[in-house]
Amino acid sequence: MNKPHYVRTISVLFKKELMAYFNSPIAYVFIGIFLIVGNWLFMNPFFLNNQLSMRYYFVILPWIFLFLAPAITMRLWAEEKRSGTIEFLLTLPITNWQLILAKFFGAFVFLAISLVLSLSMPIALSFLGEFDLGPVIGGYLGALFLGGAYLALGMFISSMTKNQIIAFITALVGCFIFFIAGADFVVGYTGGALAEILKFIGLGNHFSSIARGVVDTKDLVYYLSFIFFFLWLNVRVLERKK
Amino acid sequence: MIEVKGISKKFNQNQALDQISFTVKQGEVLGFLGPNGAGKTTTMKIITGFWQPDQGSVYVAGIDMAKDSLSARRKIGYLPETVPLYDEMKVFEYLKFVAEARDIEKDNLIPHIKSVAESCGLQDVIGKSIEDLSKGYRQRVGLAQAIMHNPDILILDEPTTGLDPNQIVEIRDLIKKVGKEKTVIFSTHILAEAQATCDRVMIINHGKIVGEGRPEELAKTVSANAYHLQIKGEPGNAIQALQNLSGVLRVEIVNQGSENFEYQIQPQDGIDAREQIAQCALGHGWLILEFSQQPTSLEEVFRVLTKESN
Repeated sequence: MNKPHYVRTISVLFKKELMAYFNSPIAYVFIGIFLIVGNWLFMNPFFLNNQLSMRYYFVILPWIFLFLAPAITMRLWAEEKRSGTIEFLLTLPITNWQLILAKFFGAFVFLAISLVLSLSMPIALSFLGEFDLGPVIGGYLGALFLGGAYLALGMFISSMTKNQIIAFITALVGCFIFFIAGADFVVGYTGGALAEILKFIGLGNHFSSIARGVVDTKDLVYYLSFIFFFLWLNVRVLERKK
Repeated sequence: MIEVKGISKKFNQNQALDQISFTVKQGEVLGFLGPNGAGKTTTMKIITGFWQPDQGSVYVAGIDMAKDSLSARRKIGYLPETVPLYDEMKVFEYLKFVAEARDIEKDNLIPHIKSVAESCGLQDVIGKSIEDLSKGYRQRVGLAQAIMHNPDILILDEPTTGLDPNQIVEIRDLIKKVGKEKTVIFSTHILAEAQATCDRVMIINHGKIVGEGRPEELAKTVSANAYHLQIKGEPGNAIQALQNLSGVLRVEIVNQGSENFEYQIQPQDGIDAREQIAQCALGHGWLILEFSQQPTSLEEVFRVLTKESN
């Protein structure tokens, strides 16, 4: 299969994935909840702190994502299995990688659209006074990578079950474990090499350094490897099911 | 066109397919018959590349499915048992997605979709949401999906299940129309359908092929054709007398009227018992109203073959 053809097929499947979100009311409910909960949790203490900063927003965002990313990924495979469309997809002349990339990018762009809509907040805050854009840009960039990592993990988990609720809960627990793996209170219990490994694995550690506005290629490589690894596992699951 | 060589598939402890081999020639319509769980769907899923066999190989248009699955899949149109539809899409939107995913030329996309929709009788519902369609129309959309890329081979898994008699006739006619140009494998529970639509049938049970051939050939392998005998009046011990004839396997009363008695007489394999029966009737002085030989129905073949293999 030549290159443009390979990408074109992914883009056809990607369009279908993205349209599937917006063809149902769930997408709008999802974005609505994300914006309301995020803004509410952020704005509540905002005036008490009397600080023009979005630092706290990027503290709560990973926790909101913990629920939202599994909610996006839980139906990705389960729905295809339920409706029988999985048989159509897996008998098309396309590779498993094409299918998985299309699904992943569909979910990722949907999450990105939700994030873009939340930009109204920093825009509004910028009118209030001197506003440091560095951490905001870093925070959004980190959120995209963290969201991508959650989605890759959630999608892999959903490929292993037909049940959406199980997919949701397992993905939530999985994302939570990876997020807190490098947190101080976890690392504190361990020591030596294990602590270093946990610090490296923890999705949260890499996020907080990007969210501070320090964009280190090490963190980006980590996230990309994490995403690639779980997408690869997902490909393996599809192959094994044959 | 399709060559299946010794494929086996096991799910946990259940041997779904056990060393199945067969070939389907170009332009042939093959009917796949068998009780539920016999292995029909598994075979179809393996031919389409959805599953891989534990053993054996599948060649589609000369291409080894294990080596170049993508090229082989391009040759196949597949309608699974559960019609693979996205309910939230409109019919046109879905067909466009299928056409694009099947890499239909962009310049020819819309006219091509229209012609496929027309050949499946979808013109009236093209703008409708799939979730609002009747079962018959859903099946047609599924069939349109399967023939979208003009494949040489069509695999249809129980395409008429759950449809009403009118819809069944419509889908069957559609299959016949498509089957004129393509190689078709389709599975069904309705034996009359297989008889009416297929060039050849294959009966599968417990993951093994138990019978294969043209419906009438298959009938001969199972048993000799039965005789139908109608006698006027009460013949007394007719069953006993007929049963005692050396070439007769069994005798059943099929209709018992006030004046007429009708019997079905099954001769032993390969034996022509007509003369003995006629002499027996004359000897007993029965008044024969009708004496004919009936071809064994596919139902009978199916019943015997699947029972034997149980």
